Amino acid sequence: MKKVMSNKLMIAIYILPALLLIGILIYIPLALTGYYGLMDWDGIGEMTFLGLENYITAIKDMKFWDSAYHSFLLAIFSTLSLFIYLGIALILASKIKGANLLRKIYLIPMLLSSVAIAQLWIKVYNPSNGILNSILSAFGIDNPPVWLGDTSIVLYSIFIPILWQYAGFYILIYYAALKNIPDSLIEAAKIDGASPLQIAFKIKVPLIMGVIKVTVVLAIVGSLKYFDLIYVMTGGGPSGASEVMASYMYKTAFSSYNYGYGSAIGFLLLLITLVVTYLIRKFTSKGDEIQY
Amino acid sequence: MKRIGYLILYASLGFVAIFQLFPIIWLVLFSLKDTREIFGSNPLALPQEWKWENYVKVWEGDVGVYFFNSVWYTAIAIILTVILASMAAFAITRMQWKLSSFVLGLFMVGLMIPVHSALIPLFKMFLSVDLIDKPLSIILTYTAYNLPITLMILLGFYYTLPREIEEAAIIDGCSINRLFFRITLPMTIPVMSTTVIINMIYNWNEFVFVNTFISSDKYKTLTVGIQNFIGQYMTDWGAIGATLVISVLPILLAFFFFSNKVVEGISASAVKG
Repeated sequence: MKKVMSNKLMIAIYILPALLLIGILIYIPLALTGYYGLMDWDGIGEMTFLGLENYITAIKDMKFWDSAYHSFLLAIFSTLSLFIYLGIALILASKIKGANLLRKIYLIPMLLSSVAIAQLWIKVYNPSNGILNSILSAFGIDNPPVWLGDTSIVLYSIFIPILWQYAGFYILIYYAALKNIPDSLIEAAKIDGASPLQIAFKIKVPLIMGVIKVTVVLAIVGSLKYFDLIYVMTGGGPSGASEVMASYMYKTAFSSYNYGYGSAIGFLLLLITLVVTYLIRKFTSKGDEIQY
Repeated sequence: MKRIGYLILYASLGFVAIFQLFPIIWLVLFSLKDTREIFGSNPLALPQEWKWENYVKVWEGDVGVYFFNSVWYTAIAIILTVILASMAAFAITRMQWKLSSFVLGLFMVGLMIPVHSALIPLFKMFLSVDLIDKPLSIILTYTAYNLPITLMILLGFYYTLPREIEEAAIIDGCSINRLFFRITLPMTIPVMSTTVIINMIYNWNEFVFVNTFISSDKYKTLTVGIQNFIGQYMTDWGAIGATLVISVLPILLAFFFFSNKVVEGISASAVKG
């Protein structure tokens, strides 16, 4: 057995195709991004070496920091919305009839492409014929804001479809974790006279803290990488009010043909994502996993 | 008192369900109406006349082409990803070699990286080997970028799979290839089907690779194609709605028939950060 399973040729045949693909198409490009960031390059002509100039420009570039600020705002909104999802999951997991059907209904938007979601919500927000303003005018609100055209609210307007898209995902994860809590623990608490709210917040939530930490990482890191929906809905506008890091990088490279500077921003995006992931993992890793 | 409490709980759950479904129902309704009716009457009324023509019109435009591109890119990338990830899972969990845990680490880190940070070098690579504006560039990137998550989901199953059958096969003189393709792979069908569903959702909905690497209309997928397409139909909401419904229908149908698998796959994909 051991001899057969340590045949070097067979090992290579089984692992190399997958390994080469991620090596060539994920790891080499990631390293090259940092390197191209040192170049002046329009995508077609020759590259010329610039040194750290692109990175210095980025650090002084207010547009880059604005986009980073928007990305971090989305990360904060997404983290706060986890409380709502957790609340819904707590209700859903408390012996509700039809819970299984409901969590599947909640999940439906998650299955749609971000492009379709963006196109649909452009229509929802349409000033004259969108369903949102139709509903508002039925309630007598005749002067609603221009949801996607107002620089002061566009980021919030974009966050609603994001909330809509991911609600089912997080509810599903919390629901599954809550269902894993042994009934005996809850029964014991009931016998001791704990109220439903006490059971929810003093017993259930602490017991699924490990899962909650994972979702915080997912929400924050996911927000920092967010791109498709914003790119389609607003293109980062109006006047940069909804620009995020990934969309700024994309436009710099593929619309302004400044691939060197785009690469530098792409590399900073990678660094920021890795540092933030590391920091959250570090701050949330205190406390041991709970064993039932 | 208790009944009122339950009523509030059910009402809040019902409200969330309505919020989640409402925009989609509205979309289906206006995809079946003509422009006059969309702009003129109650947005939530059923169509006075069911305008299936909207669907025929956009399908005979380019949506049909985009649809088939989406289908075959998605299908080929799924097959490649699931086979290659299964082989890798087999090598990592069953074979004995020194770098095994290091290689596993490489796949794990691959779960976290932002795609955009690799986009420009990928573009240049494909340009230099003449794969820009070729379907192969899309199939290769879909496969590579879904390998880590697929491998993660498979590994959980491979670790728990009892090894007695495989050991017995080896003792009986079964070759590794035969063991893998005839014994191990069939035993992992339940988890493979979960990864197929997850890959299907990711590939079908993918946007940025196609948007960056493909410029010819004949190679575009639905996500990118509908972008230009919708541009042409500025005010024809019926056509836009029909296009969107066509683009989301396959995934919704898959969900309708295999909802438990989808739920399982999406829960398992939560490790993807």
